[in-house]
Amino acid sequence: MLYAMCFFLFVIGLYCALVKKNMVKIVIGIMIMEYSVNLFLVMLGYRAGGVAPIVGKDEFDAVSGMVKSSFVNSSVDPLPQALVLTAIVISLGSLALMISICIRTYEKYGTFDITQIRRLKG
Amino acid sequence: MSVPLPVFVAIPLVTAFLLPLFSEKRRFGATLLANIATGALLVGAIASIGQSGVYRVGKWPIPLGINLVLDGFSGLLILTVSVVSFAAMLFSADYMERYTAKPKYLSLFLLMVTGMNGVVLSGDIFNLFVFLEIASIASYALVGFGCGHEELEASFKYMVLGSIASMFILFGIGLVYGNTGSLNMAYISQAIAGRGLNRGLLFALGLFVAGFGLKAALVPFHAWLPDAHPSAPAPISAMLSGVLIKALGVYALIRVVFNVFGITIQLGWVLLILGVLSMVAGGFLAIGQLDIKRLMAYSSISQLGYVVMGIGLGGLIIAEGGNPAWAKLAILGGLFHLINHAVYKSLLFLTSGSVEFSTGTRRMDQMGGLSKVLPITRATCTIASASIAGVPPFSGFWSKLILLIAAVQAGFVWLGAIIVFVAVLTLIMYLKVQRYVFLGELPENLQGVEEKRGSMTFAMVLLAYFCVLMGLLLLVPGLKATVLDPAVDVLVGGLSYSSRIIAMP
Repeated sequence: MLYAMCFFLFVIGLYCALVKKNMVKIVIGIMIMEYSVNLFLVMLGYRAGGVAPIVGKDEFDAVSGMVKSSFVNSSVDPLPQALVLTAIVISLGSLALMISICIRTYEKYGTFDITQIRRLKG
Repeated sequence: MSVPLPVFVAIPLVTAFLLPLFSEKRRFGATLLANIATGALLVGAIASIGQSGVYRVGKWPIPLGINLVLDGFSGLLILTVSVVSFAAMLFSADYMERYTAKPKYLSLFLLMVTGMNGVVLSGDIFNLFVFLEIASIASYALVGFGCGHEELEASFKYMVLGSIASMFILFGIGLVYGNTGSLNMAYISQAIAGRGLNRGLLFALGLFVAGFGLKAALVPFHAWLPDAHPSAPAPISAMLSGVLIKALGVYALIRVVFNVFGITIQLGWVLLILGVLSMVAGGFLAIGQLDIKRLMAYSSISQLGYVVMGIGLGGLIIAEGGNPAWAKLAILGGLFHLINHAVYKSLLFLTSGSVEFSTGTRRMDQMGGLSKVLPITRATCTIASASIAGVPPFSGFWSKLILLIAAVQAGFVWLGAIIVFVAVLTLIMYLKVQRYVFLGELPENLQGVEEKRGSMTFAMVLLAYFCVLMGLLLLVPGLKATVLDPAVDVLVGGLSYSSRIIAMP
């Protein structure tokens, strides 16, 4: 169910990016897509009632020297969290560039309406 | 001598961060440094021809850490990227003098090279995404570098579609991780081979085809390319059309389809149909153009169709269990066309840049008779046009011939007919370029134009030599065995990729 909601959010973002005529709204649509994908990645690693995947001294098995299997079976998956951090940084970079291009375009054309920004054809 | 793999990412990345430190007055130093960086990459790429190996970042064993993989296919792409970026960087030295903020331009250029080298070398699918975004964001900024009306419009359009493509790819990566529990391409491939495709993985595959197809500008995902490529400065057009759409789009798509998911009959048909659609639609759209760079951009779509069609045909033959020799021939044709197209299309964009530099316009109907005033541009443009149109003995002829032979031998006679038909379309469009730009009467307002000699002409002549000599890559058996055959073997080998990566020292 949660996954379906997440996918629904993705489709809302895609719809917004493809249908809206205002440049800023298109950027917002793309950002909604990014957030939905980030949410999806976090949900992949989530485990109901799980503990934070931080390995302290107590989590090591005294005999084998490995991390206890009880800890491995109850902790959430840390990898998607690392992926989401990276993805957020990347989306910050592209958001900054998109917004600055929107501002420069507004300075040139005096509008955010993409139906009026049409010099390239053919 | 083997070059450590991180060098290909580290050299351009470090140089890219050093370049903005140069002030506007020290342009010469920045240009020199950037050219040294691309030169060093070229030397490294040539030194690693025929090499293969795996580099584990931070010495982590394979499924835990990120790994960089150099095999025949990625080696071929690294070599192509290095040659084209070396020539485009040389061309930029003079061409970009009219723009402000040249050190920043050079920095973005090298970031784009970093991203492409990273995508090509990465053996980890999320790492591939990170490098893909580095290259994409740098290219969005470079398309809008002129900050004029058209550049900004094209850059915004490119960025919206490019970001949507990136989100598709990231979503697909999430699905793959959720279904296989690994991000390493070799381990994903093993997991898929063991369990087969479920619905989630099929959906991920669809997202990858759409996402990488958007990056590669295959019809019907091509809408951004004819705006974005002409609006960029000429050396960047050369990089975008020459290598960016191949490294980010075609390479990544082919790698994922062949080596990670495994080729099936349906996937082979999907690639074949996408390729044929791009060939025909791109060809027809190109013929009507009067803007010289726009014509070349549409023809890129058409030529890229050849590449995807050839590789898709090879995959289809493999999946159907046909004669492996024909499959090898089709894939060889596709890959050979890929590197040929990288060279001649970047040369064509550089010549269009030289024409624009001298005349100040891109409209072909306002030009004419330029062969008298721009002799070197004329000569190199004619060589590149002959190559792309498939006139023997230039490079494009050989790759189209191989594709034709493979298609006819495998029983796809209609496909052979389309190959010949699109080759004729290509010939017509480049005859049009020659006719409008270089032949006829020199218009009044262009009487005094002069050719800019120096690094620009040197870069064009260098690539023209490649166009003439690329046929040797096929005809000399030793060269074919070291450069082209390993790349073909990687694709024909399919899922054996994973066991080779895991076994590599």
